[in-house]
Amino acid sequence: MTGLRGARPLAGGRIQGWLLSVLLAVLALGLVLLATPAQALTPEQALRIAEGDSEERLAALAEAVAATDPATDKTLGVYIEALLADEVKHVGGRAFIVQGEAVRDAATGQPVALPEGAEDVVNNNRLRRAFEAARSALQLFSADTEERSRAITGLKESADEAMLPLIDKALAAEREPALKEQIQQLRASVLVSSNDPARRLDAARLLAESPQPATRALLIERLGTEDKAEVKAALAASLAAVESRLAWGERLGVLFTGISLGSILLLVALGLAITYGLMGVINMAHGELMMIGAYATFVVQNLFRTYLPGLFDLYVLAAIPVSFLVAALVGALMEKSVIRWLYGRPLETLLATWGISLILMQTVRTVFGAQNVAVENPSWLSGGVQVLPNLTLPYNRLFILLFAALVLVGVALLISRTRLGLFVRGVTQNRRMASCVGVNTARVDTYAFALGAGIAGLAGCALSQVGNVGPDLGQGYIVDSFMVVVLGGVGQLAGTVYAAMGLGVVNKLLEGWQGAVMAKIIVLVLIVLFIQKRPQGIFALKGRSAD
Amino acid sequence: MSTPLGMRGWTAVLTAVLVIAVVVPALNLLVPPESVLHLDDFYVTLTGKIICYAICALAMDLIWGYTGILSLGHGLFFALGGYAMGMYLMRQIGTDGQYRSTLPDFMVFLDWKELPWHWAVSDSFVLQMLLVVLVPGLLAFVFGFFAFRSRIKGVYFSIITQALTFAAMLLFFRNETGFGGNNGFTDFKRILDVPIDQKMKVLLFVLSGLVLVGFFLMSRYIVHSKAGRVLQAIRDAETRVMFSGYDPVKYKLAIWTLSAMMCGVAGALYVPQVGIINPGEMSPAASIEIAIWAAVGGRGTLIGPIIGAFFVNGAKSWFTVTFPEFWLFFLGALFIAVTLFLPNGLMGLLRRPGGLLGLWRKLMRLGKDAET
Repeated sequence: MTGLRGARPLAGGRIQGWLLSVLLAVLALGLVLLATPAQALTPEQALRIAEGDSEERLAALAEAVAATDPATDKTLGVYIEALLADEVKHVGGRAFIVQGEAVRDAATGQPVALPEGAEDVVNNNRLRRAFEAARSALQLFSADTEERSRAITGLKESADEAMLPLIDKALAAEREPALKEQIQQLRASVLVSSNDPARRLDAARLLAESPQPATRALLIERLGTEDKAEVKAALAASLAAVESRLAWGERLGVLFTGISLGSILLLVALGLAITYGLMGVINMAHGELMMIGAYATFVVQNLFRTYLPGLFDLYVLAAIPVSFLVAALVGALMEKSVIRWLYGRPLETLLATWGISLILMQTVRTVFGAQNVAVENPSWLSGGVQVLPNLTLPYNRLFILLFAALVLVGVALLISRTRLGLFVRGVTQNRRMASCVGVNTARVDTYAFALGAGIAGLAGCALSQVGNVGPDLGQGYIVDSFMVVVLGGVGQLAGTVYAAMGLGVVNKLLEGWQGAVMAKIIVLVLIVLFIQKRPQGIFALKGRSAD
Repeated sequence: MSTPLGMRGWTAVLTAVLVIAVVVPALNLLVPPESVLHLDDFYVTLTGKIICYAICALAMDLIWGYTGILSLGHGLFFALGGYAMGMYLMRQIGTDGQYRSTLPDFMVFLDWKELPWHWAVSDSFVLQMLLVVLVPGLLAFVFGFFAFRSRIKGVYFSIITQALTFAAMLLFFRNETGFGGNNGFTDFKRILDVPIDQKMKVLLFVLSGLVLVGFFLMSRYIVHSKAGRVLQAIRDAETRVMFSGYDPVKYKLAIWTLSAMMCGVAGALYVPQVGIINPGEMSPAASIEIAIWAAVGGRGTLIGPIIGAFFVNGAKSWFTVTFPEFWLFFLGALFIAVTLFLPNGLMGLLRRPGGLLGLWRKLMRLGKDAET
């Protein structure tokens, strides 16, 4: 310690005492300190950061950090970058930044010639962490808002008390309110580990305002090590406050994942609502039609990658109609070849379509292989929007939510407003009468089934953006989607919507409570019980057409 | 009411018993392996396995073919019977497991110190065998009671049974459920302290065969009894049966529970022969396959489902060895072909006036005519 010859008078023999005194001064005289002329990096400081044992070098770094004014002086930043890049050598009481042939003096930045016998500066991990923290702290003064924001995030991991002077300066200099608040929180999270109980107490109180999920972990950790009762109480109070704030994010998060699952179920079940609800066909191959939609998306993606790499981000838009058409085509083929012979015999359609599903699955396995294939999100569907600190809504999930709503509206309009919809309803209600007034019922059946299949294809396209695409894709959804249709009631779009959303949210709520598998089991048992009460679903058809 | 089997019927039954109980064991155990007549161990096990499937198909036929209720959850009852047997077999391993513990290996692996409550009677052969029929029976009874009472029928019932077996599969996949999770039970060593060797396997084969014949006779008695007539009437016009003063719920519940118990027995016979039971048996696909055996053979006939089980599973083991990638194509095409063209299954094909049986008879008559 005797080697410590600072520019400031030393308060004690120990580093910590010294540090404390500096920090106290910084805190007490925050603005005063800002007003004092900042010192540029001196050659002597640069040398001490580069040479000596780790403790001494850390102390020198802290001293330089405390003394510098990053807004006007960049030398320290450059020096630390060089240290991190292992580009510093020292000899004869001076430190040099050596980048290839170019050699500069560490303190002044002037080009110089490298003297004979220069030694490499070696940094251990502890020093590296300190340098990284210092670098982040210096970046707090960057002109670029993004960079400052990144620096704050970086410091949350690594900051210690040595960086406090810089954090304080940054706090005073920051003009962006959001960032200012974040720096405030950063400061508190540094101070809560301070050696001074009073400061810990202040920081503990300040942290109650924190919106960050990481604060909870920090508070819990500090609560474990804190020994002062008063601080402990403050920590506990802050923890409670933070947790109650985070709880909202978590609740909304559960709600969102529930609605997101509901929207997927809705997409899957909408097609079924047409084939089963309107036409009375138990289409066990529905899941496989989704799989075909997903594989169509995969093929479109590959075509874009090969032939239109510049427009790759737009492949999803092209994949939507393609997956619809491909699945609808397969559906029309199914209807023409097999299902049309089985109308009015739902159990037979169940077995025959199961057979079709096996064939489709094996076909895809033969063509594309049994392994999952990779479908990439376009860049505009990656990432998400951060609503609360602990609640990020991924763009792909939001996209599916919107997509499901659009498909729902489309189907509802198609059924209620178009000629085809009129025919479909007519044939559903009274096939012979419809036929008598000139409706080509066979063709209407084909169109309606193709429509249901096409919607399954759309669901597959959407699923390819959030999950794995493989030959077994459809199998996982078939039980769930039938549950939605059964729960919602046959022949009811509104029932399907309520059932899908309800199942999605209830499933996710239970998942948080009992785990994924038990949630699924409980939901299935609840459905079985519910069917006891209302065998025809939430919205039962009334009157003669009910049976 | 009951129609007697008649001379030919009893001859057929006795021949079946003779083949199962004498011919097969003799060909496998007594004939030396190098002889042409020797029956390989593999085929004994395969046939034993298919016989268990045939029991399931028969049970499915009672509920579907004769009562008109398609269950897509029969695999669950089969698996429950299998698990009940498997628990006993696991306990019979004793301390010969990997960890030399008195507890089954998977419990040691989970760091459990004692048997969970549902393993309480697993050391007793008699009680555990009772569970083989009681657990599927009770589950079917409770489920059926609620389902039939609220008049859930047709496709609704099928879909809910499928959900039931799906939920059970998820439950059994969990390690905490206490049935070995993913891996289920395997590595069995002995039954009633007798090692499971080839002789034991032949014994199990004979037992399965005799059970099948017994169940066949029982089913025949049932469907030809007055109650059986009511069942078929329920299948054809449930509302009319109700208006005639019968309570369909009782009949349906009885046959449904019996059918589940039969599947439980089949599962219990299946597990020691095949040597493994895992939750895969509860997958919806496995249950649908049971339905297809009955459909292929011919619903509403008792011999049909047995033929169907042998035909489909025979084809399966041939395909999976010869053309593994074509098996699903074949099975899928079979599903479609049977529903489209063979509503009465293979039996319908045989019995149709223009069918094979009719063709054969016509040929015989032609031959006789030619003689005279």
